[in-house]
Amino acid sequence: MTHKNMSQAFETVIGLEVHLQLSTKTKIFCGCANMFGSAPNTNVCPVCLGLPGTLPVLNHQTLLYAIKVGLALNAHINPFIKFDRKNYYYPDLPKGYQISQYDFPVAKDGFVMIKTDKGPKRIGIKRAHLEEDAGKLMHDNTDNCSLVDYNRTGTPLIEIVTQPDLRSAGESYDYLNTLKLMLQYLGVSDCDMEKGSLRCDANVSIRPAESTSFGTKTELKNMNSFRAVKSALEYEVGRHKQVILSGGKIVQETLLWDDQKSVTVAMRSKEQAHDYRYFPDPDLVPFTVDYKVLDQVRAELPELPGVKLERFIKQYGLNEYDAGVLVMDQAAANFFESCCESYNQPKKIANWLNGAMLKEMNERKVGISELGLTSVNLIELIKSVEDGVLSHLAGKEVLTLMLDSGKSAGQIIQQQSLAQVSDDAVLMAIVDEIIQQNPTAVEQIKQGKFAAAGFLVGQAMKKSGGKANPKKLNELITRRISHA
Amino acid sequence: MITKKDVQYIAALARIHMSPDKLQGLTKNLADIVGYVEQLQKLDLKNVKPTSHAVPLTNALRQDTVKPSLSNEKALSIAPQTRGGCFQVPLVIE
Repeated sequence: MTHKNMSQAFETVIGLEVHLQLSTKTKIFCGCANMFGSAPNTNVCPVCLGLPGTLPVLNHQTLLYAIKVGLALNAHINPFIKFDRKNYYYPDLPKGYQISQYDFPVAKDGFVMIKTDKGPKRIGIKRAHLEEDAGKLMHDNTDNCSLVDYNRTGTPLIEIVTQPDLRSAGESYDYLNTLKLMLQYLGVSDCDMEKGSLRCDANVSIRPAESTSFGTKTELKNMNSFRAVKSALEYEVGRHKQVILSGGKIVQETLLWDDQKSVTVAMRSKEQAHDYRYFPDPDLVPFTVDYKVLDQVRAELPELPGVKLERFIKQYGLNEYDAGVLVMDQAAANFFESCCESYNQPKKIANWLNGAMLKEMNERKVGISELGLTSVNLIELIKSVEDGVLSHLAGKEVLTLMLDSGKSAGQIIQQQSLAQVSDDAVLMAIVDEIIQQNPTAVEQIKQGKFAAAGFLVGQAMKKSGGKANPKKLNELITRRISHA
Repeated sequence: MITKKDVQYIAALARIHMSPDKLQGLTKNLADIVGYVEQLQKLDLKNVKPTSHAVPLTNALRQDTVKPSLSNEKALSIAPQTRGGCFQVPLVIE
């Protein structure tokens, strides 16, 4: 069998676990501030330090957020919810156990739809549960010690676990982007991977294409971006194939992704084999979710990205690309709609938002709301271009000046005298001059070579300092020559 | 049946240092306790709903309102070793 045939004979099976920090004001079980970037061990109290005699009390907001996420995942919200202790001994966990959920998570059996080359695909969600984050460890190898900061301890997390439904690294990447966008729309987290607000672990195995049982899986950790998740999965699938094709066996283990070297390496932790010994946490009573709570949270659900995309295409007649770029940014999508309310030119507005505005946002590294532009401001600018007061190029310059100064398009056009010159008398003087200076081109036009008119328009534009209305110039030049 | 090996395993998970002379006695004690609880296995519980909490209460929640935290000095005052505002522990990764 050739190598190509062998590699085609395998199917990849991937399941992902996403940990999302919820952006509540306080931690999940105590009133300490849920804040990133404070001085070490300053957002800590006896509860999150796990001191004896303290009792955790669930933050109501975390439960509502978890239900919100569950509903957005099309999941079943458990009417009965409880918390369990997951026992492991590690200094980032001061109690010696993590409060998590075992058999009655907030949500189970949902799905996320992703786009693939073969059309939409449904990725099953096994469960979504609440738990507390652990502290942060910093290691000092030279001094043979580790330092612990417990500020992050007790940060509310929701863990979202997929079914083993993903069939490639690319599909996993698409799922993560789809999920992240949805979570951003829900407004339950800043979803910032650099700050660790969103983290992803992956389980991967391969099996013969016709097989229905699973191969031995490995667990991948330490991927700090979705791109890293994709690379780590691609690498690991290749490694599995290589090991199996050379007659070896995959060992079930946890591997860390080394982004610099682009390889997975075995974890070198002193931690023992995991034996979590889950049991119900006696410190927390169970919770019930009734239809009233469900209705309340459901009413707060925003329009989700997939639905918005379809609506933008239908309602505004946008193509899928334009609608897709707008929907990628919830604030930009909202801005687009408020522009459309007072100026019924969706395609033109989308072009400005996805072109010049997006460029400004990227260059200034800010979101649309930080640009300080109102929809009224932008429409005034677009209208100036559409009415021929500004050339398209000048329009973009005016936008930059508007954002720099906070002034309106009208104010800037007046100040900078950027308005297009459409005054016949002024333009005619320029046209006459150009015609005199370029007898060859004039002769060509007279012989029917109209392309030469473009040359003359260009010369006239230059003469006007770029301010002449090119359409008007073309008219005047053609008229002048044909009447000469 | 609880064996010496079980006791050693649980002690290791809980990071309890146990002298070998205590192992024999602890194994017997633990076996007695588990044996006592094992009597429950004889009960027919087919129609009994699992108890997840001894107290008949639900929905003990608090509002998402910030309360003062401990000062760094106070938080670290219980630590045997500290450095740079952190708790210092033996190196946990080689």
